[in-house]
Amino acid sequence: MDIKLADAAEIAVTEMPPPRRAWPAIRRFFSAPAALFGAIGLVLIVTVAVFAPLLSPQNPYDLMQLDIMDSRLPPGSESFAGVPYHLGTDGQGRDILSGIMYGLRTSLIVGIASALVAAIIGTTAGLMAAYVGGRTESIMMRLVDLQLSFPTILMALMVLAILGNGVTNVVLAIIVAEWATYARTARGTALVEREKEYVEAARCLRIPGHRVLLRHLLPNCLAPIIVIATMQVARAIGLEATLSFLGLGASVTQPSLGMLIANGYQYLLSGLYWISFYPGIALLITIVSINLVGDRLRDVLNPRNAR
Amino acid sequence: MMTTLIRRAIQAGFVVFAMTLIVFVGVNVIGNPVDILINPDLNQAERLRVVQNLGLDQPLWRQYLSFLHGLSQGNFGDSFVYSKPALDVIVERLPATLELALCAMVIAIVVGLPLGLYAGLYPERLSSRLIMTGSILGFSLPTFWVGLMFILLFAVQLGWLPSNGRGETAEFLGARWSFLTGDGLAHLVLPALNLALFKTSLILRLTRAGVQEVVMQDFVKFARAKGLREGRIVLVHILKNLMIPVVTIIGLEFGSLIAFSVVTESIFGWPGMGKLIIDSINLLDRPVIVAYLMMMVVLFVSLNFIIDICYTLLDPRVRLDGKG
Repeated sequence: MDIKLADAAEIAVTEMPPPRRAWPAIRRFFSAPAALFGAIGLVLIVTVAVFAPLLSPQNPYDLMQLDIMDSRLPPGSESFAGVPYHLGTDGQGRDILSGIMYGLRTSLIVGIASALVAAIIGTTAGLMAAYVGGRTESIMMRLVDLQLSFPTILMALMVLAILGNGVTNVVLAIIVAEWATYARTARGTALVEREKEYVEAARCLRIPGHRVLLRHLLPNCLAPIIVIATMQVARAIGLEATLSFLGLGASVTQPSLGMLIANGYQYLLSGLYWISFYPGIALLITIVSINLVGDRLRDVLNPRNAR
Repeated sequence: MMTTLIRRAIQAGFVVFAMTLIVFVGVNVIGNPVDILINPDLNQAERLRVVQNLGLDQPLWRQYLSFLHGLSQGNFGDSFVYSKPALDVIVERLPATLELALCAMVIAIVVGLPLGLYAGLYPERLSSRLIMTGSILGFSLPTFWVGLMFILLFAVQLGWLPSNGRGETAEFLGARWSFLTGDGLAHLVLPALNLALFKTSLILRLTRAGVQEVVMQDFVKFARAKGLREGRIVLVHILKNLMIPVVTIIGLEFGSLIAFSVVTESIFGWPGMGKLIIDSINLLDRPVIVAYLMMMVVLFVSLNFIIDICYTLLDPRVRLDGKG
């Protein structure tokens, strides 16, 4: 009898649904219409970027597919072979729509890669500073303060002036320009978390320092870092576009959105607006979508807002 | 007080010194100056002679010392493109950039402050919501793309305003300024608006947040209870208390306006420092690059120093020597 009861209890325990903490958060996330728009936009953009070769009418990198006769056609016109150019073509006869799809790839890869690496470096630095404390902390935070007193574009220019142009260098420049934001946030959060009892408990158990950092402090500091990382992806994409526009970034053969916009710059004065206009709209949608999602994430992940 | 100031000044000096090291090492070690400086068509003997002339055969620390020596005299070497001292080339462009940045700041304040005040006082109105949505756009829109759209709309489609260069300039205080002539002013409008866009949104949001905080305070309620006119409450009681954070931000952001003018100047062909640095990076005009970077470092370090001092003077609660 007792055994059966215990079994039943055990079955009940194992069959109890796992605590669903994710669902309400996700539901709350989508309860704001702006966030819903942002999420839809983001999914759309990522899908287009990932499946660009399948979706795009033309491969803009394949010179064989380009025909100089088709250059500078307005939106809605057709190629000599009868392929429609929904958004027109640029000076080399590239389909703008295809260019945007492939450009999104470059922009997203640069944005995500740089934000991710900057997040890893910055978070490590911030957590270390908060956990170790003392002189290490004060030196590191002085460095962060110093760096944050310079505008990001100036830091990026400095890196590019030293390293020269190119996509890889732009990624490096963005990392150098952005890591300090993560470091400050991570340290700020970790300073609060460090004083909590679970960290003390972990220390009392003589768990090695790196383990306390990685398994105890880090997961509890992650929420604000994720929010910042989301916003920083948008900032990185914008910065990359700006640098590419200035001629310091992506190569002409593999254009990002900024490069596409820069290509249209020379045609702007003759009224050929579509070469710059549509890539700009794509850039705008990308940045706004990411920002809307990030904004909502901040509200949802902030425990003070949880009700 | 005095100790704090001296300590801060020493720190600032140390930062500038560290930056000279970083810029020097960056430009001379990571990038190879021999490749950049020397015409590839020269033969081996000529090459060697130029290397010796430029002092590039010396050990690195000696090169660094001579670099520092040149720095202390404001000598960054001659620009390869303009064949003039690099610092002169930059200082020549300074008025154009200053003019642009100042105009942008004025626009940002004149537009951002009243709109922020309005949106903060009447947050429920539809117009306030529209203003706030607009400010989000101001943050999200890439500056350079907005600049292009300005050109497209106002210069190409409507033909109202010119989109390239400074236009006519007039001499004043030993420099040439655009805002003194009608033509120059017309040239100034689009770039200044473009540069002001981001800062307008920033000031707007800051003002709104400040207003909502101040309105809740007892002295505002008391002023209302006393039956003061609304205009007086807004202008005296609310606006005055807003000014401290807003003025701080304006001071802080002025430096970043100068840095961000790089983008605007490139779009509108505005012949300032920002366009110069982009051209120099593309042409590998090393002395100008180094001079520009050092100038920016000094500018930002001094700006921060001044702001720190103002903080201590304005707000005794800020203890600069406290633990950071």
